[in-house]
Amino acid sequence: MAYTTVIEGTRFSFPDLKSLMAKATPARSGDQLAGIAAEGPVERLAAQIALADLPLKAFLAQELIPSEEDEVSDLIARRHDRAAFAPVSSLTVGAFREWLLSPEADGAALAALAPGLTPEMVAAAAKLCRLQDLLAIAAKRPVVTRFRSTIGLPGRLSTRNQPNHPTDSSEGILVSALDGLLMGSGDAVIGVNPATDSLPDYIRIVELLETLRLRLGVPTQHCCLGHVTVAIEAMGRGAPVDLVFQSVAGSQKANAGFGVDLAVLREAAEAGRALGRCPADGQFMYFETGQGSALSADAHWGVDQQTMEARAYAVARDFSPLLVNTVVGFIGPEYLYDGKQIIRAGLEDHFCGKLLGLPMGVDVCYTNHADADGEDMDALLTLLCAAGVNFVITVPGADDVMLNYQSLSHHDAVFARETLGRPPAPEFEAWLREVGVTDARGRLRGAAGELPGAFAAASRLLPGRAA
Amino acid sequence: MSKAPSTLRDLRALTQARIALGAHGAGLPTAASLAFGLDHARAREAVWTPLDPGAIRDALRAQGLESVEVRSTVADRAEYLRRPDKGRALHPESAAALDGAGQGFDVAIVIADGLSATAVALNAVPAAAALAARVRRAGWSLAPVVVATQGRVALGDPIGARLQARAVVVLIGERPGLSASDSLGCYVTFAPEPGLPDSRRNCISNIRQDGLSVEAAAGQGEALLRAMLAQGTSGVGLRREPPALAAPPTS
Repeated sequence: MAYTTVIEGTRFSFPDLKSLMAKATPARSGDQLAGIAAEGPVERLAAQIALADLPLKAFLAQELIPSEEDEVSDLIARRHDRAAFAPVSSLTVGAFREWLLSPEADGAALAALAPGLTPEMVAAAAKLCRLQDLLAIAAKRPVVTRFRSTIGLPGRLSTRNQPNHPTDSSEGILVSALDGLLMGSGDAVIGVNPATDSLPDYIRIVELLETLRLRLGVPTQHCCLGHVTVAIEAMGRGAPVDLVFQSVAGSQKANAGFGVDLAVLREAAEAGRALGRCPADGQFMYFETGQGSALSADAHWGVDQQTMEARAYAVARDFSPLLVNTVVGFIGPEYLYDGKQIIRAGLEDHFCGKLLGLPMGVDVCYTNHADADGEDMDALLTLLCAAGVNFVITVPGADDVMLNYQSLSHHDAVFARETLGRPPAPEFEAWLREVGVTDARGRLRGAAGELPGAFAAASRLLPGRAA
Repeated sequence: MSKAPSTLRDLRALTQARIALGAHGAGLPTAASLAFGLDHARAREAVWTPLDPGAIRDALRAQGLESVEVRSTVADRAEYLRRPDKGRALHPESAAALDGAGQGFDVAIVIADGLSATAVALNAVPAAAALAARVRRAGWSLAPVVVATQGRVALGDPIGARLQARAVVVLIGERPGLSASDSLGCYVTFAPEPGLPDSRRNCISNIRQDGLSVEAAAGQGEALLRAMLAQGTSGVGLRREPPALAAPPTS
């Protein structure tokens, strides 16, 4: 079925739903690389005008990727809850955007609606939203999860402390993790991206993080972000695995590129639950995503990258995760060219994740070949705090020396606490005060880098100071 | 008995990560803030500085290496960053230039700017010379060195195919990190032809003064070539022999 808009006598026609979605997407290099983007701003607006008039129900009648050939589409169709969808079932995409902005759409209404929404519906709404709309709507939808800390409570910001090391040196990881804890980062997770993907290294890293956690009594979780099949093996050997991690994408073929399918994710989730480390009513799965991953795996089916990203959230949602984050600026300028595109994508991803009910975080980041810098990250962090993001990632001095990209610095977590008034998870906030990292008002105490007495137990894991 | 460390500053040697920077409120100390800015500026410069192919060819000639210059179908740096597909395709004029370089070689070496002209300017000629010396000692025939601008790794495929090379080695500037903007990558592919997946390549990375040395990289490159020429494949299917057990030269 074709979609048409006439603007001042010029007729714009879009042959099918996925081309309408792609052409309605705010400009980004990835859709241009895929050859599916609008030719220019007027054609984009024509597509947005046609999209605004589209009934939301159209997404239930027409799949962008056929269920018969894609298990993610099949999952989306099978999990759709028509009763939950009822309150918005008669709306167009444009009217849905207005409803989302209205006072009627409060936290409770949005939570009840989530099982009735598909990724394509929220992606479509995002395409009609300016940044402020994305913030205003997402800010109404807290998603709270819990393991040892409670993440996503309104008015708070959690952090992933990411102590990566180029060769996975135990001492290098440990000293970096301590640096983050001393700046107050790590209540969402202390999570290491391993340079290697071997089982012995995976087990060594989680045992190291477990020792650190226990010695310091930190109310947080840890994670080695190795491949999920390695995690399954490690759990089988009794390794202390807190969070089970996997990168996921929005089509079966893209997930195959990551070496996973829904069945192996289910197997991992069952193994994690069986460990019994997480409270029965808590969560322990962790997923990362990012716009462009499906296109880079040649697995996008001609669907725009923002919609493909929202479809990845349908995968994540099926596993009731503790944490999900988009690694928004990591993929490079052929997908998100500059700071403007990265900022918008980060806010779109957060919006779509939250509307689908995910505990959404963002890795606020960029690479050196993108036309972006630390000031773009300052802007995105501040906007995400206004939008109520669950967590961000921080590394020492904003420089990830293993993955060779720039994320936020631990300093940025201090900025969020002290300037934006976003304290961490309550359990972690109390711990920071107890061990003397922060004062009674939550401000960083003393010269950073000084090890409070409570850290002696952890510092004994490290080699002594040269005599 | 060693004494427990009292500050993280004492432990900086344990990681290249920017730990124990100090803080003023949420802010970095001024010196650390400016150091970060300088590192980013260097990395950006590495990405955006054009490679001077003439200088590379002069340096190759000084090492006794003939060369030929080619380019991808990319028009400029901005397009290079947006269109990796164009950076993998050989410009038609360059294809014709390659036809004058002869055909039927065991090994072709390609030097491509990639994402860091800095890395190529500093490390590519020494790496090519070290590898070329090993190729000659092994008795393999070597094509003239190809110097490519606006090139991605896979540009080596059409180049290698045009030269009818059994294996192609692409020395290319890696995506610059904040702490190292001069890393050279080395990608080796057997039986190059356009359209090969990345799983058909073997990679040696982080070749730079403070990383993997040029000589060590050349040694690894030779071992890869030896295994590929013996097994007739490359990439994930290639069996890697421990160096001590590597087969002796066949000639």
